Amino acid sequence: MNETSVPVIKVENLVKRYGTNYALNDISFEIGEGEIVGLLGPNGAGKSTTMNILTGYLSSSSGAAYINGIDILENPLEAKKFIGFLPEQPPIYPEMTVAEYLNFVYELKCCKLDRDPHIEEILSVVKLTDVKDRLIRNLSKGYKQRVGIAQALIGDPKIIIFDEPTVGLDPKQILEVRNLIRMLGRRHTVILSTHILAEVQAVCERVIIINKGQIIANERTEDITRTIEGGYRYEAKICAQAKDVLPALRAQGAIKNAEATGAKDGDAYVYVVESAAGVDARKAVFTACADNRFPLIGLAPIGTDLESIFINLVDRSDAQGADKKLKAKKAH
Amino acid sequence: MLAIFKRELRSYFTGVMGYVFMVIFLVAAAAVFCYTTLFSMSADVTSYFVIMLMFSAIILPILTMKSFSEERKLKTEQLLMTAPVSITGMVIGKFLAAYVMFASAVVFTSLYFLILIPYAITFKLALLLGNIVALLLVGSVFVSVGLFVSSLTENQLSAAVGTIAIILGFLTVGLLSSLIPSNYAIRYVLDSLSVFGRFTTFTSGYFDISAVVFYLSLSALFLYLTVRIYDRRRYN
Repeated sequence: MNETSVPVIKVENLVKRYGTNYALNDISFEIGEGEIVGLLGPNGAGKSTTMNILTGYLSSSSGAAYINGIDILENPLEAKKFIGFLPEQPPIYPEMTVAEYLNFVYELKCCKLDRDPHIEEILSVVKLTDVKDRLIRNLSKGYKQRVGIAQALIGDPKIIIFDEPTVGLDPKQILEVRNLIRMLGRRHTVILSTHILAEVQAVCERVIIINKGQIIANERTEDITRTIEGGYRYEAKICAQAKDVLPALRAQGAIKNAEATGAKDGDAYVYVVESAAGVDARKAVFTACADNRFPLIGLAPIGTDLESIFINLVDRSDAQGADKKLKAKKAH
Repeated sequence: MLAIFKRELRSYFTGVMGYVFMVIFLVAAAAVFCYTTLFSMSADVTSYFVIMLMFSAIILPILTMKSFSEERKLKTEQLLMTAPVSITGMVIGKFLAAYVMFASAVVFTSLYFLILIPYAITFKLALLLGNIVALLLVGSVFVSVGLFVSSLTENQLSAAVGTIAIILGFLTVGLLSSLIPSNYAIRYVLDSLSVFGRFTTFTSGYFDISAVVFYLSLSALFLYLTVRIYDRRRYN
């Protein structure tokens, strides 16, 4: 995050309660101008709730959200002018044509920009020019999603919020949407939510990870990748007995630990190798095998799926939380 | 608000609902007109309007049942609620669109009576106007009840049935008072709530300001409740 930038979005102690259930439990963060930020979390973590509160669709139970310095609860009409929002399901009217729909949104948002050139520009940015006179009902899922994105761009809003923009798209469309978001990030502040780690790594400069209504990480994408990869574990398939392999592997400085899983794949034995902090154990595994002429037939990282990362980060944030509590106690 | 009004009005004609409503209303009005005036050789305006009032109660939900239910089902309400438009603006935009459809049908069919003018000595233009105004006023209550019920459910059919039930309730509440001849207090309350009772003062030729106020406040009340429903929903 650029230290000098003004927060375009500021969220303070946001809580959203449904009865006794907390959808959001005390969330605070800031987003600066021109950032692309990913909200990452499993389903039901509170990503959509956060976005719905930021856009004024839902109200928070307590806490505040400021859009460009304006409180969304106190002055919603003013705050909403700065936001373009693509909800989880694109809010499109099937019985309208693409052009009619965008014209409607243009009027709905009381847009002051020159109408025809503005809509033409958006159509060409999201590549909808060819289908602009077709009924939205007849468009494919990918095109409908793009209509939803086009709608969010109307009025050239300062902040664009995308709720799971790539869900249900095919791989080619996913790449297109990601490129589009990256391009939008040059002129707008973009927040997107996703449950795919790779998506955040591909698009976002910063990531806020939410789990069970709480933020468990809020840092630059590179840093989070490093956190995740520190203590990286690999699964190695080596065609040699554990009594020969394990000492050879453990002798390598880059390898913190090596264990045999007991599993076999053909005539290969499966081992789990853990990197020492800050180094890549893969080279060491290769060296150990090559020196001893062990045939190495497979080497793959494990624990990079979202679930294991969450477990990692939740453990880490729990540890930090415990530290803080301890310090707070001592201070008293 | 204007954008919502325009989109809504257009959607009546890009879908089938607008045509269905217009066709049913115009055909029914023509039939009732023939029956109450031409066939019975009468220049009586009142019975036509009384029948059309009952008829409107049943077919007006065609216009309102989709208004909010469909937005909720398609999730398009998220667009409206996150656009810089107030909830009141949204509700009024939808009300006006449905109301314009109804009012234009009423005004257009009322022109039928003009063909009576050369023939009927007893025909009173003022009475006709009074009746039109009365039907338009009661219609505004029906439309706002319809919008209110539509905001409660995702299901269009439930919205339509619920609307008809509430409207018929309003129309029949006056009948109840004749069943309780002894208790004047209750009768007074029931009579003053009666949508139909106030309608008949118009049809008999009085321009009743208190009725105008009653109908407009009742419409405003239901529109306000609709706004409250939306306001409330953001909190839970």
